[in-house]
Amino acid sequence: MKIAVLVKEVPDAAVEKRIDPASKRLDRSGEKNLNPFDTHAIEAAMQLREGGAVQVDEIVAVTMGPDSSKSALTKAVSLGADRSVQLTDDALAGSDVNATGYALAKVLESESPDLILLGQQSDDGECYAVGAVVADHLKMPSLTQVIKLDASGDTLTCERQAEYGYDTVKVTLPAVISVGDAINEPRYPSLKAIMGAKKKPLETKSAGDVGIEAGKVGEAGSKTEVLGLNPPPAKAGGELIADADDDIDGTVSKIVSWLDERKLI
Amino acid sequence: MAGILVYVLAKDGEFNKNSLGAISEAASVVGSIGGEAAAVVVGGDIADDKLATLGNYGATKVYKVDGPEGVAQPAVDAMAKVMNDNGIEIALFGGGLLGLEIGAGLTARLDAGVTMEVTGIKSEGGRIIVERPVLQDSQIVDVAFNGKAVIVGRLNAFEPKETGGSAAVEPVSVEFSEFSLKAELVTRGEQRGADVNIEDADILVAGGRGLGEADNFKLAEDLADSLGGAVAATRAVVDAGWYPYAAQIGQTGKTVAPKLYLAAGISGAIQHKVGMQASENIVAINKDPNAPIFEFSDLGVVGDLHKIVPKLTEAIKAKKGA
Repeated sequence: MKIAVLVKEVPDAAVEKRIDPASKRLDRSGEKNLNPFDTHAIEAAMQLREGGAVQVDEIVAVTMGPDSSKSALTKAVSLGADRSVQLTDDALAGSDVNATGYALAKVLESESPDLILLGQQSDDGECYAVGAVVADHLKMPSLTQVIKLDASGDTLTCERQAEYGYDTVKVTLPAVISVGDAINEPRYPSLKAIMGAKKKPLETKSAGDVGIEAGKVGEAGSKTEVLGLNPPPAKAGGELIADADDDIDGTVSKIVSWLDERKLI
Repeated sequence: MAGILVYVLAKDGEFNKNSLGAISEAASVVGSIGGEAAAVVVGGDIADDKLATLGNYGATKVYKVDGPEGVAQPAVDAMAKVMNDNGIEIALFGGGLLGLEIGAGLTARLDAGVTMEVTGIKSEGGRIIVERPVLQDSQIVDVAFNGKAVIVGRLNAFEPKETGGSAAVEPVSVEFSEFSLKAELVTRGEQRGADVNIEDADILVAGGRGLGEADNFKLAEDLADSLGGAVAATRAVVDAGWYPYAAQIGQTGKTVAPKLYLAAGISGAIQHKVGMQASENIVAINKDPNAPIFEFSDLGVVGDLHKIVPKLTEAIKAKKGA
């Protein structure tokens, strides 16, 4: 079995995010890191390999992003991927979630993996459901927010928490699975793995290399337009009982009357 | 543009509240963009007269599709067919996991634009514009679509409004894609570790790290009992093993909007806030006067929950007994 893990570089959590006033889109510059949610997908691939229920021949980390996204791939390799593929092209800049999913599907087609894993969501932007977009382009079954994954032959048994409780779903490979962060505790890379990661093969591909149609990606292929930016409606300031400990009984009776006035008791 | 198609989620023959809210939202905007508010229900073997009751929330037509329920991709096939056959260019979802999945798949299938976490829909010059909070809800962007649109609402953003009326039910036969049938539901809606569905509770008492230790959840449970509510938890305490995941509120847990949300020992980090900010009344008890939760609580209590909560429980019991 060949597993492809989709990863993404995202702004470091410590960097304050802002909207670029010109494009009105999220400013993605600044310090970058591997999307923390993606480390769970890599770990899930490693556990399938180490679990022994199926034979995993290769784990490939795949990303789409600017040149700097190579560091996310190196991190992914240090966590266990055997090699990595970077799709990078100026034409891809500004792609929306559908264009991104389409482009990722094209680069994945050239790898023909049996299983595509990704993290539940990326830390930035709108890409909660890029897995489902990729799956539709690749004509594969797909499931998101999977928190338990067992493989047997060409069948995956997946568990997840959906609207009404826990669902168990059987999925036939090839498939696209987004894992939730409750699925595992990602390991820390060993020093040796970190040192070795830069020596593992990293292949760079352009949009043309994988047959991406230029009109379908980038700003031009984007089907949404941000018209404006407004502050949220102001919320009326709440009441505050400061120094509540000074008079516990008084505080309690204040809370009770507050609740009672609103018919909550 | 010929109206809006709303995906309606159901289980055991009952419609999901967020889907009903999405129908009401669609009905309120179709007047200005033309067409009708239509609904689509996939699977579930729901009787026509039950489906027709979606008219009570503003749907004028219900497309009924026989097929697997509880999985996304057959619904993508169904919605793509209904939209293509009827010239509908806007799909709307009330949120939730299936809404996200179907919405994303449909976006790819129709080559549409998509906006998620939408909190409002308006129209300008016959064109749909959606409002979407960004940057931890500090800003709201107005988004328009070039072509077909997939709109996924934030959970509980759209309120169901009963307007009376009955919808025409139209059966639609859909030939599902081969790959759409390769994810099969084995069991659905299994409850684990919590016997209450916190999403349906009118009153929630939520506990956070400020409780100090797992055993202190008893304080939250007793208070919830006195109020007739259920207990919820933050991610931090679920991760720490103090309370089951089924009770987790927030970005990676459930989104709730009860009448009363009483937060005990919760700082109110954004990941938690997004899961409960739509609550009607928010009461927060926290000893840290700088806790962010006081910025969006309706009643903030700066004090020691270990002293306040047990007395509050007693006082409420006494009040109810009176």
